[in-house]
Amino acid sequence: MDIPRHTAAAPSSRRSFLRDNPSVMWFMGCLGLFSLIVTILSEGMGIGLISTNLVKVLGMTLCLCLIAIAMDVVWGYCGILSLGHFAFFGLGGYAIGMWLMYARTEIVIRDSLGRGTIPPTELEVSEAVAAQIFGVVGSSELPMIWSFAGSLTFQLGMVVLVPGLLALVFGWLAFRSRVTGVYLSILTQAMTLALSLYLFQNDTGLRGNNGLSGLQNVPGFLSTPQAIISIWFFWASAFALGAGYLLFAWLVSGKFGSVIRAIRDNEARVRFLGYNVEGYKLFVFTVTAIVSGIAGALYYPQAGIINPAEIAPIASIYLAVWVAIGGRGRLYGAVIGAASVSLLSSWLTGGGAPNIDLGFYRVVWTDWWLVLLGLGFVLVTLFFPKGIGGLFDYLVRKQ
Amino acid sequence: MLRLPRFVTLVACLMICAMLRPAPLAAQADTPLQDVLQAVQPLVASPSRATVPQVLAALLDADAPGTVDFLRAWAEREVHERPDDGLFFYARDGADRNLILIDIDTGEVAGDVSSRDVNQIRPNAGVRREINAALVSFELLNPNPDRRMAALAAIARSPDADQIPALESALAAEEEARIALRMERLLDLLNARFATDSATRVDAIEGLRGDISTEARRALNQILQTRADFAPDIPEDTNVARIRTPGEDMDLIAAYATLSDAGLVPPRQGRNAIRDALRLNAVSGEVGGIPVHRLDTDEMRRTAYRALQDAGTVPPLVTQADMEARVAEYIFFDAYLEPDAAVTDAARDALDSTRTAISLWQFLGISLDALSLASIFFLAAIGLAITFGVMRVINMAHGEFIMMGAYTGYVVQTVIPNLTTSLVVAFPLAFAVTFGAGVAMERLVIRHLYTRPLETLLATFGISIALQQLAKNIFGTQARPLTSPDWLAGAIQVNDVVSVASIRVAIFAMALAFLLLLLFILNRTRLGLEVRAVTQNPGMAASMGINPDRINMLTFGLGSGIAGVAGVAIGLVAQVTSEMGANYIVQSFMTVVVGGVGSVFGTLAGATLIGALQKGIEWFNPANTLAAQTYMVLFIILFIQFRPKGIVALKGRAAGD
Repeated sequence: MDIPRHTAAAPSSRRSFLRDNPSVMWFMGCLGLFSLIVTILSEGMGIGLISTNLVKVLGMTLCLCLIAIAMDVVWGYCGILSLGHFAFFGLGGYAIGMWLMYARTEIVIRDSLGRGTIPPTELEVSEAVAAQIFGVVGSSELPMIWSFAGSLTFQLGMVVLVPGLLALVFGWLAFRSRVTGVYLSILTQAMTLALSLYLFQNDTGLRGNNGLSGLQNVPGFLSTPQAIISIWFFWASAFALGAGYLLFAWLVSGKFGSVIRAIRDNEARVRFLGYNVEGYKLFVFTVTAIVSGIAGALYYPQAGIINPAEIAPIASIYLAVWVAIGGRGRLYGAVIGAASVSLLSSWLTGGGAPNIDLGFYRVVWTDWWLVLLGLGFVLVTLFFPKGIGGLFDYLVRKQ
Repeated sequence: MLRLPRFVTLVACLMICAMLRPAPLAAQADTPLQDVLQAVQPLVASPSRATVPQVLAALLDADAPGTVDFLRAWAEREVHERPDDGLFFYARDGADRNLILIDIDTGEVAGDVSSRDVNQIRPNAGVRREINAALVSFELLNPNPDRRMAALAAIARSPDADQIPALESALAAEEEARIALRMERLLDLLNARFATDSATRVDAIEGLRGDISTEARRALNQILQTRADFAPDIPEDTNVARIRTPGEDMDLIAAYATLSDAGLVPPRQGRNAIRDALRLNAVSGEVGGIPVHRLDTDEMRRTAYRALQDAGTVPPLVTQADMEARVAEYIFFDAYLEPDAAVTDAARDALDSTRTAISLWQFLGISLDALSLASIFFLAAIGLAITFGVMRVINMAHGEFIMMGAYTGYVVQTVIPNLTTSLVVAFPLAFAVTFGAGVAMERLVIRHLYTRPLETLLATFGISIALQQLAKNIFGTQARPLTSPDWLAGAIQVNDVVSVASIRVAIFAMALAFLLLLLFILNRTRLGLEVRAVTQNPGMAASMGINPDRINMLTFGLGSGIAGVAGVAIGLVAQVTSEMGANYIVQSFMTVVVGGVGSVFGTLAGATLIGALQKGIEWFNPANTLAAQTYMVLFIILFIQFRPKGIVALKGRAAGD
């Protein structure tokens, strides 16, 4: 990536970056305050006003916010409507899930085999683990891709490498042949569909539609209560969101940001100006895919289970919906959209909201939430293209 | 050597007599059946396998009229005996659980008695089989050709050596060429398996050469059944199919296990057996001088086992070399159950000769499948070819229009019970409903977003999830049936390898009709002209007096309406659920994109390519349709790399960009 140095650029220092982007300070402050409040109110570390379950939901929401800002950078800033970022999210989840599942099963198996007179051989352990994990799909052999599933370092590497490489290869193929606009969207959707169909098969070594389960149990901390573990994951998610926000805010604030916004607005003109448009797009696509993978790796241990249905094309479209409702082209907009829509969704579909009795008809939220979301989304697209984030513009202007 | 039952001879005689029946023996028909039966009364009243032939012989000698009917009734337990005088009657159910007795000879009602006053004659299964076999022989000579064909079908279902003589004599008397041909075929099938001398069998097998029907191949495969065996030397009388070499085409461990199962060699200790032996012989934390906790590798375990073996506590370890040596003492082979090599050779040749023909037919079958799948893809995508291809509007709710059409069909079927009428009503109604929905959507939403294509995608997606959930709220999550009328329910059977469901033929015809209709509308009508004009240059079209707003609305309505009609057709072959549209949407877009945006022929090419591809991949791995879909999508992604504009790329002004 050759980004020509701009001689006239102000000496880039941390202070000036923050002064140019007041929203970053605000966001960091809010995130820190939020984390602190949740910790104090949690069951595990505080006074217990927030249940462990809710801590998990909040932690998961933070992960969704992270992938939402990644989506915002690739779509809102660079103009690539990718309908495949949830696939990267799921791949990250699968990569970490393999370690969680393998290592935990191995501990259990070693424990039960070790009770016999004669200690088990390595082969016996791995065969027993394989039978335990893959019995559900009628197999007892450990697939090749699980060869290093016992190594946390390796699987953490996979969290970054698998989505990164997939995005790199796919993006290279797509951008090289100048597939743009809606065609690119459909192509990314096809990729997501292919991936989820692939994972749905029983013989691909990832347990078919059973997915990976029991991911909330972290090997090495099997006796630690979930109340504590949930807080740890919450902190990790908050940290990742903060770091991701800083990274992307820094990325889009400088000259690089100007170039990718220009690509969004008029790709041909940027190309004629001598910029390597494909390189920029590929870089943005790959980096956001990696961040999505990391978000997935933090999300699924909190969710406890991952299966191919999570990767289905519709999930990626929902991601676009969140970002559009929150407001494209501003990072905090993506966070607001993802947090509000996903929290509202789990509140309404989880049976938390009271049903409304209209006399002639009873509005059951689980039935009507999607109708509401769909229509709301149409209204936002038609009348508020700037999304919820657009409201801040009014506030700023009033000042 | 061969046990030829008395029964066969008997049936043969029976046949010959029966054939001659119409002419000279008619004089004997004066003896009523009842009298014949009375002559062997106890044997009829309590039949057993041993006595049935005597009864049949008696019936044959007398050749009384109504013999066949009696035999059938006898086997079906419809014959009753009156204990007072020992006479036999047929019976049918009367009032008050009474039985109405019917005279065997005259067919007249002979009385109304309580079912307790007569004995029902109940032949056991063995007896019934003998009676039925005799009946088949009778039936083969029945003057009604349909009955003769039915008898042949019965023979084909349960072939038996006993049927050969009956079939031969029937063939000699058969006059109708069609039935004679069928009889010859069956005779070949029977002779191939059951004839006594090798030459007849080989002849019969030659007759089956090149026959791709399932029954012929089944007969041949039955002749070629093998069993796995081993021996120090191959016995003289064995018809060997193939010799196996342990370690190459046979697992060494499996070969050794066969020997040890036969008790010829000591069993091999597997990993589990070694572990169990060690566990049993662990003494104060040690086995053979090795501490137990160190036994966590196979190497250490074997060392410990050898120590035990030296002490004599466990049987010696069977090593790889031991296994190889012992296995080498024997020859492992597959032998045909059929001892006659000439017969098996002929059968193998005959079976091989069918192979090419069967592959060709199977290829044809796959091609027809692909064509049928392609028509479904085409139907699903054709509406999109208009809205996306011509108007460049990304309509993610297209799948929901298909779903709407299918549900319209379902509702019509619940209202109109006659399936044919309901289909005739459903098609135009589905068009009307989705046309309306499409026009409403265009007016309310899409019109405002013509300049923002990505946002059209999102807004229509919002409509899509709302419509899906609405359908779920109204019709529930359960799949609703859309039943096709009886005249579409069957299948067209080409031969035993290839058959096509009629409904798929109908869908193919419909896809073709849609193609022609659409081509006509776009190329030959005023509307089509205006649509093409607006697509190419809205401003210029408007200045020529065309109202682009109206044309856009109508075009979108047309595309949506066609999706609705396609929905009814798809509903006939797939399940109608609220998610059915979502299953087609990505594939439909890919069909249009692969085919070439903006061209109806392109959509046709895209659907054909995708359908053929999916079936082609399934051909290699028939069990896994998911894998086929995965590879198909991957192929499409790669295909778009090399031909970004699709198969049929528009050129010049029509390309639009």
